[in-house]
Amino acid sequence: MDQFLQHLLNAVMLGGTYALLGIGLTLIFGIMHVVNFAHGELYAFGAYTVYLVAAALGLNFFLALIVAVIAGALLGSLIEIALLRPMRGADIDTVMLVMIGAWIVMQNTELLVWGGVAKAIVTPFPETPLVIGPVSISWVRVFVLAAALLLIAGSYLLIHRTKLGKAMRATFQDADTAALMGVNIKGIFTATFAIGSALAAAAGALLGPVFLVTPTMGDLASLKAFAIVILGGLGNITGATIGGFILAFVEEIGAGYISSGYRDAMGFLIIIVVLLFKPTGLFARAERVG
Amino acid sequence: MTRALPAFWLVFLLSIPLWLQDQYLLHILIITGIFIIAAMSLNLLLGYTGQLSLGHVAFFGIGAYASALTTLGFDIELFGFRVVHHTWPALVGLLVGMIVAGLSGYVIGRLSFKVRGAYFVIVSISFAEVTRLVALNWVELTQGPLALTNIPPYTLGFPGLGDYTLWNKTAYYYLVLALGLIAYVVISRLVGSRIGRAMIALKENETLASAVGIDVTRYLVLAAVVSAAMAGGAGSLYAHYLKIIDPDIFLFIYTVTMVIMVITGGKGTLAGPIVGGVIFGFLPVILRPFAAPAVQWILYGGLMIAIVFLLPQGIVPAIQRWITTRKPAGALLAGSSDPREGR
Amino acid sequence: MPAGGAAGEVVLSIAHVAVHFGGLVALADLDFTVCEGEIVGLIGPNGAGKTTAFNVVTGFLKPTAGEVRYRNTLLNGLKPHEITSLGLVRTFQRTSIFQNNTVFENVLIGLHRLGQSTLWETLLALPREKIAEAELADQAREILRVVGLERRAADLAATLPYGEQRLLGMALALAARPSMLLLDEPVSGMNPNESARVMRLVQTIRASGVTILLVEHDMPMVMQVSDRIVVLNYGRIIAEGPPAAIQKDPGVIRAYLGEGKKRA
Repeated sequence: MDQFLQHLLNAVMLGGTYALLGIGLTLIFGIMHVVNFAHGELYAFGAYTVYLVAAALGLNFFLALIVAVIAGALLGSLIEIALLRPMRGADIDTVMLVMIGAWIVMQNTELLVWGGVAKAIVTPFPETPLVIGPVSISWVRVFVLAAALLLIAGSYLLIHRTKLGKAMRATFQDADTAALMGVNIKGIFTATFAIGSALAAAAGALLGPVFLVTPTMGDLASLKAFAIVILGGLGNITGATIGGFILAFVEEIGAGYISSGYRDAMGFLIIIVVLLFKPTGLFARAERVG
Repeated sequence: MTRALPAFWLVFLLSIPLWLQDQYLLHILIITGIFIIAAMSLNLLLGYTGQLSLGHVAFFGIGAYASALTTLGFDIELFGFRVVHHTWPALVGLLVGMIVAGLSGYVIGRLSFKVRGAYFVIVSISFAEVTRLVALNWVELTQGPLALTNIPPYTLGFPGLGDYTLWNKTAYYYLVLALGLIAYVVISRLVGSRIGRAMIALKENETLASAVGIDVTRYLVLAAVVSAAMAGGAGSLYAHYLKIIDPDIFLFIYTVTMVIMVITGGKGTLAGPIVGGVIFGFLPVILRPFAAPAVQWILYGGLMIAIVFLLPQGIVPAIQRWITTRKPAGALLAGSSDPREGR
Repeated sequence: MPAGGAAGEVVLSIAHVAVHFGGLVALADLDFTVCEGEIVGLIGPNGAGKTTAFNVVTGFLKPTAGEVRYRNTLLNGLKPHEITSLGLVRTFQRTSIFQNNTVFENVLIGLHRLGQSTLWETLLALPREKIAEAELADQAREILRVVGLERRAADLAATLPYGEQRLLGMALALAARPSMLLLDEPVSGMNPNESARVMRLVQTIRASGVTILLVEHDMPMVMQVSDRIVVLNYGRIIAEGPPAAIQKDPGVIRAYLGEGKKRA
C-alpha cells in the first residue's frame, strides 16, 4: 500500500507537467490543425534555457524558470511566423513535414551547442525530502506540482476569462466566421502557437531539474503530448489535463508493478487501445476549446 | 529519348561494380539501395494510397528481426511453453521476414484504418515505438541492446553448380539491385492497374470511391500488406548485409529518413523515392569531410523545409513540369495521362 | 403503402424510415416506393430531408428506424460500396469527381466494379489482365461518348467548367453499371442549356432500362422529366402523384410558399 501511495504521489507530480504539455499541444493541434512534431523540442528548449540561466550563468533559479517560459513563447512566435504562416492553406501532411524539419533542426542545434552529455540542474530546494507518513517527496517535486497547477489554472482562466481566449475559442469553432466577425486570425494563430510553446517550455523547465537535460528528451515528450491530446479530445483543455494525469498514473503503476522497461510504452499502448475503440478520442463528445 | 533513359540507367547501374574501386562507396550504394526499396514501399502507402503512415520502420525492423531469428534460431519460454527454433537458410529468412512483416501490416491495416488523418499518424508512430521497446526488453528472444550478431549471409543454391554465398560487396550489390528492380516493377504494375486506381481513388476522394463500388478498407489493407512485406524484405536485406541488428533499427529517425526520401523525391510518383533516396543516401557521404553528423542533420532538416516550401510536390514532378514548359515536343512525352506518371 | 406505378414492379421500397440526430428530426417518416423503369422526382423545400433520404438509401447514413429494400434485398447495415454492387448508384450534390485525374482516368476508376483481375494476374502482367484493361478502356470511351465528354478525355478533371464536372459525375455513376440511379440535384447551378443537356441524358439513360430517382429544386426540369413526383416536407411525404396533379396540390403550394396568402 505504501508503495502504491508513493507511486500515486509521483504520478500526481508528473501528471501536472504532462498536463501542461498536453494543454499546449491540444491548443495548437485543435485551433491550428498543425501536427506539431516540434512540440517536444520546445519542452527541451525550456529545460536547456533553465540550465543556461541557472547553472551556466549562475543566476536565480526562479528567474531562470520565468525566462524559459518567456523564451519559449518568443521562439514559438518565431516558428509560427517563419514556418507556419507561409504554409497556411497547405495540406496537413505538408505542414507536418515542415514541423518534422523544424524538429530535426532544433534538436541537432541543441546537440551542437550543448553536446550529448546529460546536464543536471541544481535547485535551491533542500536535499532532504518531505516525509508525510509512509511517503516521501522531494521539495523540488512539490514545487513542480504547485507551479504546474498554477499554470494549468492560468491556462484555464486565459481561455475562459479573457478576450484573447474568447477569440481563440471562436477560431477553433470556425475560423472563417471568426475572421468575418473581426477576429485577427493571423494574430490568434501566432498567439496560440506562442502560448502552446510557452506551456511546453514550462513543462521542460519544471522537469529539467527533476530529471536530467538531454538533447533527445523532447522526442518522448512530443509523443506523450499526442497521447494526451488523443485521450482528452482535440482542443479540450480539461480533457488534456485529465489525460495528462491518467497517462502519468498509468506510467507509474505500469512501471512499478509490471515492468519499468516498458514504462514509455504505456502511453503508446493507451493511444492504440483508445483509438481502436473510440477513434475520436475519449472525450470527443466534448470537442471544444475549454 | 525519354524511352531510352531507363535502359541507359539500367546499364549504368549494372556496370558500377566493374569500375568502382572504392569499397566504401559501394557500401553506401548498397545501404542506399536497401533504403530506396523501403522508401518505395512507403511511397505505395503514403504517396499512392494517401495514408500518413509514420511507423514504417516498424515493418522494416520486424522483417530484419524475423529474418535474423529464422536464420539464427532461438530458444525461448513463452507462456510456460518452451519454443525452440533451429537455424534455417538465410534466403528462407528473407521470405519469413516478408511474411511476418506483411502480417503485421495486415493487422495494423485492419485495426488502424478505423482511425483517420492525424490520429492515424500518431497510432503508426506509437506502433513503431512499442515494437522498439519490445525488441529492447524481450531480451530472451532478441538479445535486447546486446544485438543479434553473426547473422549469416544469403546462400544461393544453384542445382548442379553448388552453393554460392554472398560474402563480398559486389555480389550483394547485384542482389540489392535485382530485388530493387523487382520491387520497382511490382509497384509499377500495381499502380497502373485497376487495383492501383482503386488506391489512388480512395486517396483522392474516399466517399466517392465508396460510392462507385470500391471497398475502401480492402484496398487500404492491401496497400498496407504489400507495403509492409516489401519493407520487411528490405529489412532482411539490411540484417544479412550488416550481419548485426539491434533495437535502434526501430528508431523514429529511420522512418523520418524514408519519409524525407519519398516527399522530397515526389510522393505518388514512381521515380520519386529513387531520386529522394539517392540524394539523401549520398548527402552524408558528400558532407562527411566537412560537417559533423549534427550539422548534417541540421542541413537535411533545412533542406526538407526548403523543398516543402519551394517544390511542395517534390523534385520529380517539378522536373516533369519543367520539361513540359521548356519544349513543346516535351509536352507530348512528359504530359501523358498515364497514371503511372503520377502528378 | 401505395401500389407500384404504371411502369413495372417495385424495385426500391423505403418503409417508414426515420432519422433522428439527438433531438433533431431529419426524417420523421419516409415511406414510398419506386417502380422499374420509372423516373421519380423527389422535391421539397430546403431542409425537408431529401439529401438525408439519399444518404440513408445509399448506406452513408444509418436510419433510426425503418427499412430500405432494393429488389427485395435489405439495405440496412450495408456499406455504400456493397449497395453499389447491387446496382444502386448515386451521384452527389456538390461536384464530386477525382480532381487530380484526367476525365478518362475518372471513368476508368468508376468502372472498378466491372474489373475482375486478381493481384497475381496484375503483378505478373498476365494476358488476361491486359485484355481486361483494354476492355475497360473501350467501355470508358463509350461512356464518355454517351455523356458527351469524349473530347475532354485527356483533360484534368479539375480544369473542367462546372457543368462538365457535373456531367463527369454522372459518367462516373454510369460507369458503375447501375440498374437504378439516384441523382442528387443533377442540374443545380446550371444554365438552361446545360440543364437541357442533362435532361436529355436522363431520358437516354432511362430508355436503356435504368430506373431513376432524382432530387431537384429546378421545378420546370423535374416536372418535365419525371413520371411521378414525391413531395417531402419536414421529414415526411405530403403529396405524391403525377406532375400535373402536384403542381395544383394546395398542400404543396403551401409548403413552398407558406401560409398567409389566399389562393384564388
